[in-house]
Amino acid sequence: MSTQSDTQPVATTKGHEVVRELVTQFGAETFKLQATCDGIPTLWTPKERLLEVLHFLRHTIRPYVMLYDLSAIDEQLRTKRRDQPPADFTVFYHLLSIERNSDVRIKVALSSDNLHLPTAIKIWPNANWYEREIWDLFGIEFDGHPLLARILLPSNWQGHPLRKSYPARATEFDPFFLDAAKQDAAQEALRFKPEDWGMQLGTKDVDYMFLNLGPNHPSAHGAFRIILQLDGEEIVDCVPDIGYHHRGAEKMAERQSWHSYIPYTDRIDYLGGVMNNLPYVLAVEKLAGIQVPERVEIIRIMMAEFFRITSHLLFLGTYVQDVGGMSPIFFMFADRQKAYDVIEAVTGFRMHPAWFRIGGIAHDLPTGWDKKVKEFLDWMPKRLDEYYKAAFMNGILRMRTIDVAKYNAEQALAWGVTGAGLRATGIDYDLRKQRPYSGYERLEFDVPLAHNGDAYDRAMVRFEELRQSLRIIRQCLDNMPSGPYKADHPLTCPPPKERTLKDIETLINHFLSVSWGPVIPAGESSQMIEATKGINSYYIISDASTMSYRTRIRTPSFPHLQQIPEVIRGSMVPDLIAYLASIDFVMADVDR
Amino acid sequence: MNTLTYANIFTIGIAMLKAIIILIATVAGAGLLSWIERRVLGWWQDRYGPNRVGPFGIFQFGADMIKLFFKEDWTPPFADVFIFWLAPVIGMSALLFTMAVVPITPEWGITDSQVGLLFFLAMAGVAVYAVLFAGWASNSKYALLGGLRSAAQTLSYEVFMGIALMGVVMLANSFSLYTIIEAQKDGWFIVPQFLGFCAFVVAGVAVAHRSPFDLPEAEQELAAGFHTEYAGIKWAMFFVGEYVGVILVSALTVILFFGGWQEPALLGYKLWPDFLPVYPFIWFALKTSIFIMLFILIRAALPRPRYDQIMDAGWKFFLPLSLANLLITAAVILLQQPVAGGA
Repeated sequence: MSTQSDTQPVATTKGHEVVRELVTQFGAETFKLQATCDGIPTLWTPKERLLEVLHFLRHTIRPYVMLYDLSAIDEQLRTKRRDQPPADFTVFYHLLSIERNSDVRIKVALSSDNLHLPTAIKIWPNANWYEREIWDLFGIEFDGHPLLARILLPSNWQGHPLRKSYPARATEFDPFFLDAAKQDAAQEALRFKPEDWGMQLGTKDVDYMFLNLGPNHPSAHGAFRIILQLDGEEIVDCVPDIGYHHRGAEKMAERQSWHSYIPYTDRIDYLGGVMNNLPYVLAVEKLAGIQVPERVEIIRIMMAEFFRITSHLLFLGTYVQDVGGMSPIFFMFADRQKAYDVIEAVTGFRMHPAWFRIGGIAHDLPTGWDKKVKEFLDWMPKRLDEYYKAAFMNGILRMRTIDVAKYNAEQALAWGVTGAGLRATGIDYDLRKQRPYSGYERLEFDVPLAHNGDAYDRAMVRFEELRQSLRIIRQCLDNMPSGPYKADHPLTCPPPKERTLKDIETLINHFLSVSWGPVIPAGESSQMIEATKGINSYYIISDASTMSYRTRIRTPSFPHLQQIPEVIRGSMVPDLIAYLASIDFVMADVDR
Repeated sequence: MNTLTYANIFTIGIAMLKAIIILIATVAGAGLLSWIERRVLGWWQDRYGPNRVGPFGIFQFGADMIKLFFKEDWTPPFADVFIFWLAPVIGMSALLFTMAVVPITPEWGITDSQVGLLFFLAMAGVAVYAVLFAGWASNSKYALLGGLRSAAQTLSYEVFMGIALMGVVMLANSFSLYTIIEAQKDGWFIVPQFLGFCAFVVAGVAVAHRSPFDLPEAEQELAAGFHTEYAGIKWAMFFVGEYVGVILVSALTVILFFGGWQEPALLGYKLWPDFLPVYPFIWFALKTSIFIMLFILIRAALPRPRYDQIMDAGWKFFLPLSLANLLITAAVILLQQPVAGGA
């Protein structure tokens, strides 16, 4: 390990057009450019000028329409910050421009004695939840925020867990006992008070009914609560309440080796399986400077697309079920079973194989894999045709979902919607095409689009994506490259077998790699992928240690749920159910 | 007036025995139906359904019954206790009583009431109270929404159900179900009353709260709707009530439009040669089973429309349809009658 330098050469973004524009507008002295491994221009901005800069980026020519991510970093224990300005905490804004197809990351330094920032809600409405999340987990306050309440943790929680001073293990706390008083207090903390949210209890003529939909409800798709303000069955307003599935995945990343964190990623979008490993290992590989063999890339794509199929099939089944059709889900479970047969044969597991590795995959494809894949490819298309006829041509289903929960492209972008929800509004933005990763540029497929932006279109886009995924898998099957299944690189973990147990050097290398795990060079990196539910990304900061210094997981479902009130106001309860079904979210993907 | 002779007591005894047998058979049939439905659904959905208890799982409903009887009979502390109890009683009994006027064969039936059809309509009206009471007395928001939906839905659908049946009444010139069956000797009413049949079947599904008209208990939206707070035997009574509804509506469809116990006959042509033996009960059971299967198939096949879409369909489509049916039937009958008084 000592042969490794503790930092990696990084891509320079000095000449990037957005950097030039910002420097022209605000002067070169305003910004400090930071080098990162992912090539996203990262600029440190003084706190005083933050809103101006954000406003400019939002309204410039070819604007940054989407607040893609917003989170913070506790810098207090970080040793290798190189060219970065002094900071106790850093808040970063990751902005995305569809027209430019490029991103910019704005960072603000904060010192512990003044953890305040102005809110960005007026510029991007979806800043609301992200700012609450930062307050919840880091204790940074956003001035001007309408209700800076806890979002992932219970409202009576003490402390801000993503701070480095907060313990990461239960054993560091006193033993926990739940007595009746504590239980009552926890129950009471869950009571919904409409006044807090600026909601009317009624008008002169109407008393509204406040209905708790969830956290346990057949159509909430997990532990998700949404409080409805009802006039009859019409939804006047609603407040989504998340956090019941929060497991502190980002905090855990700071206590796991780079390698042993992979299984945790599987469980972020628990229907995405190895698809979740992909952004994580790609980001780590960028930091480590690993170039994986072509065979690894294609195998990764093939398995990721298998999981896209299983996830989309479950979506379609539950979607039809949520509008009242009971049969399709059973047929789709049979199909998923066929897909899992292949996945199990290849990876050894079904839902959460944790099969990708830093620098490769766990093992090579088994003998006869091609036969299994081919069987599945022959089986599936006929079934899809049947579903189209039986479910999507059905008059009642169309009546229930066409023009229901409609939003346009502008709204989608303002709320940070990605994936099928965005493509259903007519925006051709699929990362596999726009920013090909892991070798997608070598494969042929189309990006299904729809233009109405309603619940039906979102389902139809996913339905067509199933066919495209089958097409991708067929190409993988027909053109599987030969070669090794792991990169020949010192940081590949675990190291290729032929590089272990040969002599004392390889023995020690292997021992360190599987006990401590690899030491990843210091730096910052990120990778976005087109996951099953939208764009998923990992923003990883290494402090040249065996563990990540900060792992930020940006999941697509989080902003999708934040958008609910705007879309559903004025609709009826059954429309909400159809809408929830059409979002295709997984609570683990929201709460992490 | 007749005095209570032994002969009379014997007749009364036989009648009571018949009534008890028919009621028990109906309830048992409803229980068995819960198993049949699950098996048939399983068959259509590429899975097994309950197949463990007894041959083909046929004793599943017995096992279910034991479970439901011994389950804690919990009444929520916030409920209106008396009405909370009353609701499942109405839910089970209202439609069960209607079996009293249903003719199974010429010999088997409890009573030949001159207002049999009206009795059915009245009882279907009473059955709504079960859902309304349950929704109200549970004192729970989901139950209340279910109750509200039910009130609106049943009101809309019973209006045209009655009207849809008037065509049959005009053709048979009677409200008695026996007379209606007799009137179909030479041709089932399905042909002259096709529109009425369509409207009645839809309304019948709605009265039985079966998918796709199961809005009062729409699982995906209202958890379990009006019976969210019910458990154990009280819940089972609603459940049995629903299946009795399925049997009853299927039986009535057969009686009103498919000639009841009679062998097939259409438009004056007998389709069953005279030299073949006639089995009234088998005809009745066979035809009723077909409609019961149809109920289950509909549940397997269709999604559920939205509440306001159901209302729209009821008031804007089926009500005009049944009114048109009524007018056309009346016009045809008038035209066929000999002209009285001259023109």
